[in-house]
Amino acid sequence: MKGWLKRHREALGEALARARRAPLATLLTAAVIGITLALPGGLFLGVDNVQRLAQGLETGGQVSLFLKQDVSDAEAGKLAEKIRRVGGVKNVSVITRAQALAEFKKHSGFGEALNLLDRNPLPAVLVVEPARLDPEALGRLSTELGRDPRVEIASLDLDWVRRLHAILEFARRAVAILAGLLGAAVLIIVGNTVRLAVLSRREEIEVTKLVGGTDAFIRRPFLYSGLLAGLFGGAAAFLFVGIALALLSGPAQELAALYGTRFQISGLAGLVFGLPLAGAALGWLGSRLAVGRHLRLIEPK
Amino acid sequence: MIRFNHVFKRYEGGYDALKNISFELNRGEMAFLTGHSGAGKSTLLRLIALIERPSRGEAVVNGQDLTKLPRRRLPHFRRDLGVVFQDYKLLYDRTVFDNVALPLAVTGTDPVEIGKRVRAALDKVGLLSKERVYPITLSGGEQQRVGIARAVVSKPSLLLADEPTGNLDAELSDEIMDLFLDFHHHGVTVLIATHDQRQIARLNKRVLKLAHGELEHDSHADTPRSTLL
Ligand SMILES: Nc1ncnc2c1ncn2[C@@H]1O[C@H](COP(=O)(O)OP(=O)(O)OP(=O)(O)O)[C@@H](O)[C@H]1O
Ligand SMILES: [Mg+2]
Repeated sequence: MKGWLKRHREALGEALARARRAPLATLLTAAVIGITLALPGGLFLGVDNVQRLAQGLETGGQVSLFLKQDVSDAEAGKLAEKIRRVGGVKNVSVITRAQALAEFKKHSGFGEALNLLDRNPLPAVLVVEPARLDPEALGRLSTELGRDPRVEIASLDLDWVRRLHAILEFARRAVAILAGLLGAAVLIIVGNTVRLAVLSRREEIEVTKLVGGTDAFIRRPFLYSGLLAGLFGGAAAFLFVGIALALLSGPAQELAALYGTRFQISGLAGLVFGLPLAGAALGWLGSRLAVGRHLRLIEPK
Repeated sequence: MIRFNHVFKRYEGGYDALKNISFELNRGEMAFLTGHSGAGKSTLLRLIALIERPSRGEAVVNGQDLTKLPRRRLPHFRRDLGVVFQDYKLLYDRTVFDNVALPLAVTGTDPVEIGKRVRAALDKVGLLSKERVYPITLSGGEQQRVGIARAVVSKPSLLLADEPTGNLDAELSDEIMDLFLDFHHHGVTVLIATHDQRQIARLNKRVLKLAHGELEHDSHADTPRSTLL
């Protein structure tokens, strides 16, 4: 165990020394990996926050209950009171028949025509606001409320909620696919960098093999080089995401204000570890895939 | 220590560098390998160090069958072997010290111990004052001695040397050969490929003479000195 630790510490030291000896190359590799990882990292953060934002919106989906003609205003008030106590309901507002008629007269332009009717043809309406924007729960709520005998029609105003969720789901999956592709790109970038490093150290590898160095011994500093490249790249990616957020925060606040909500980016704390960790893992894997094959090809002559 | 039995080596391209080589070198023995340029001396040493595999025949070194030793066992096989190369094979981006330390570093030797043994080896070849310099600044003879120090630093039981005095003047050649003799006296098996008839005559050890890939003469049986000169 002590020997194991020592071997790995030495390999890490060697990898760090190699990185220091070629600072520009190290920096460039980190930058390329950084950009590659920043894209999915930033988009993931974006989708995640839009979702949170959507859940915080005041005007969500709503259920409109059109009551039967013979239900009186008092009866409607009682029903509203009852529905307010149902779980998942945030608020219920009553539009009495008279209010409905007044609204209609004001907006429709048929005011004069309606005056000719001897009675109000409009039903009372209860507008039920759910506590959460969950399309499925909303659907259940709507069906349940529609069973009340006083309700003529329960209309679920769900379209835009559904659309939003569909868009978010789409975006989430697109980001996942992008992340997969760009993760593969990082593997290739690191793999290629390490491959070149192996080839440029051909002599050293040959001689090390000649004096009894095992493949594992020779491979280790290369693996750590890959890991470090990924780690630095992940840190750079976090930096890039941070800069992008700083640039976007002003417009985002304005946009959020228009929707009557406040926009507070969250999940950055996850990225501060997540990106370097993902980078390091990809870097290690990338070099592992590249180095094994090439070490085998280099034999002393 | 080394046993060759009807060993052939054919390089890719069909050239037969060694043909039907049979000899045995006992543990602790010292011998010279000689012959014209292209006779196959380096090839024979490469077979022993398992840099090349025999094409045919039986070859056993240090108890290991060279035709069968799996690739993953190669490193451990080579650790008990010191090789001085005709072209030195030094690493020019590392100091003399680090070059000599390499065989110890690959086994995870303690740094303090590495320091001691590297300096002892460098002292033996007279290069202790050069431990911090890079090999590129050394003369050919000095580089050769760095290679020798690296070959002996891990105290191998078998020492192979390919033209170890090729770049040295007479005086230094004597010193280096005496160094090999000293290892031989400490029980190390030594096999040296050389053109240097003067050293062969001076040390009066067994001589294996190769010609066109065949073992033309082995002085083991006869009284060699006069006949070989
Ligand atoms: N890798 C190789 N592929 C093909 N032929 C080779 C290879 N290495 C050596 N040879 C050939 O094998 C023959 C023996 O070569 P080797 O290097 O063993 O000779 P040598 O006795 O060491 O010569 P020198 O004294 O010049 O070092 C030579 O004719 C050489 O051309
Ligand atoms: Mg040779």
